[in-house]
Amino acid sequence: MRLSPADERMLSGEDGLAVQAAIELLVRYGDLMGADRLIDTDNVCGANIFGPRHANVLGTTDPAALFSRFSLDLDGPVDVPPFRAHSCQVIGPRDREQWDVQGLAPSDVDAMNDSERYLAEKGVDLLSTCTPYQVGNVPRFGEHCAWMESSAVVYINAVLGARTNTEGRESSAASMLTGRTPYCGYHLDEHRLATHLVDVTHPVTTIEDWNLLGYWVGEQVHDAVPVLTGTGLAPDPVRLKQFGAAAASSGDVEMYHLPGVTPEARTLEQALGGRSPKATSVYDAGARAATVASLCRTAVDRDVDFVMIGCPHASLPQVREVARLLDGRRIADSTTLWVFTPAALRTVAERSGYVATIERAGGRVLADTCPAIGQFLPPRTRVFATDSAKQAHYLPAIAGVQGWFGSVDACVTASITGRWPDA
Amino acid sequence: MRELRGHGVVGGRARGHALVCTAPISGWGGIDPRTGTIVESRHPQRGESFAGRVLVLPGAKGSSGWSGQFHLAKLQGTAPVAVVFTRMNSKLALGLVVLDVPAVTNLDHDPFDSIRTGDVLDVDGTAGTVRVHRES
Repeated sequence: MRLSPADERMLSGEDGLAVQAAIELLVRYGDLMGADRLIDTDNVCGANIFGPRHANVLGTTDPAALFSRFSLDLDGPVDVPPFRAHSCQVIGPRDREQWDVQGLAPSDVDAMNDSERYLAEKGVDLLSTCTPYQVGNVPRFGEHCAWMESSAVVYINAVLGARTNTEGRESSAASMLTGRTPYCGYHLDEHRLATHLVDVTHPVTTIEDWNLLGYWVGEQVHDAVPVLTGTGLAPDPVRLKQFGAAAASSGDVEMYHLPGVTPEARTLEQALGGRSPKATSVYDAGARAATVASLCRTAVDRDVDFVMIGCPHASLPQVREVARLLDGRRIADSTTLWVFTPAALRTVAERSGYVATIERAGGRVLADTCPAIGQFLPPRTRVFATDSAKQAHYLPAIAGVQGWFGSVDACVTASITGRWPDA
Repeated sequence: MRELRGHGVVGGRARGHALVCTAPISGWGGIDPRTGTIVESRHPQRGESFAGRVLVLPGAKGSSGWSGQFHLAKLQGTAPVAVVFTRMNSKLALGLVVLDVPAVTNLDHDPFDSIRTGDVLDVDGTAGTVRVHRES
């Protein structure tokens, strides 16, 4: 790898042990990725708020010790200077205000607050969402970023035309400290071209449809870059958010093209870079039905204990829709409904009256976390329902619960009746 | 004994029983780092443990929490002792940096044909070789 004079200075230890460890990690990581150099990045998103899962393993709640161990991969604590790159915190382990519903001990919350304060001192923007692009961190076209969170990675690559690989905690922390990232993968033009064609022959219009299409596409193309063709494909940002999150969960999709919608290719030929696709898949009624069955594969019992809306974190139209469906209704005593959204959007939802409507019906609007990341559920949850293919994919594995997937209407109705409708 | 030759990506040598995964692994939501077990509900090797074994897999997929989960596994003593894989991506690359165990790829024979779960493997990440010992 060719290193710049600044890289060499950081490697020499002149900028301190933390920066030295960070640049060493980036060089090792970049070598494995086949990068010939590091490039500048000034937009980094990572996950560095630590709770009991990490504190118990390390035997301390000291945020500096936790950051050195888990973010910098160092055996002992080091002094960490203010971060060089513009940095933001992605989704974290707890709702800052309503953590009581998570069943957390106050001492655990104190430790998480310390961890958050530590990050703020280093200059991290505490957006605390899996969708930073919804609340002020909108990378420009072509901007080199270093982001965690697979659903956000695919969104900023495909929808915004920014450039990032799927970073992990250690590599994004290293980029925060150094302002550098390996020049490889989706930073390069050649890896952003489509290699797989997906011909969508079945209508895809609703948010539920886009979740299903995304989940199916991920299963078909794995980690390839697909280009979608078909008539009537006109997704709004919510649908694009759900589509990408689903494709990144079932497969490993970090980039895709939808000519006429996504910015890097206006035509199929442009998306493919003038080459023929390596493979073509056809999405039809059978594919849709199989995907519904696949997403509900863990579900047997129809009594629904918990309804989860907002994965990735709900946009305002999604919160508004839940409020509309719940207006004047009452959630069943046996069922809990939680909506998850970025804290900044929760503030606006509160101002707009959506939160009050949802709370009058017996639901809650939570922020900063989600059941999969925070690893919490309402007490005695055995069966949950969600409008997110991603959450239906992950939560059964993480929490050992049964999961139903359906439209937001079906989910909210299930919260009112306490039952998932018979097929 | 049979020797497979490939490309070492993380140096060092380790011996262990193979766990052959026929599908890529998710880190976050795919493994339990407390036990070193695969938990993804659809994974063909769900319920199998890689703790102290040589993880043979096509690659890494899913959430960006891949390295973080294997980082937790390393600190809890449930990490694999070596990794043999076929497809590199950013999740696996960072995971290997953090795990810091011998790793080999680009073998001259398909590892999924040549290696079975339970085989004893000698992985040499410096030389880029995998020796397969099978009890017949």
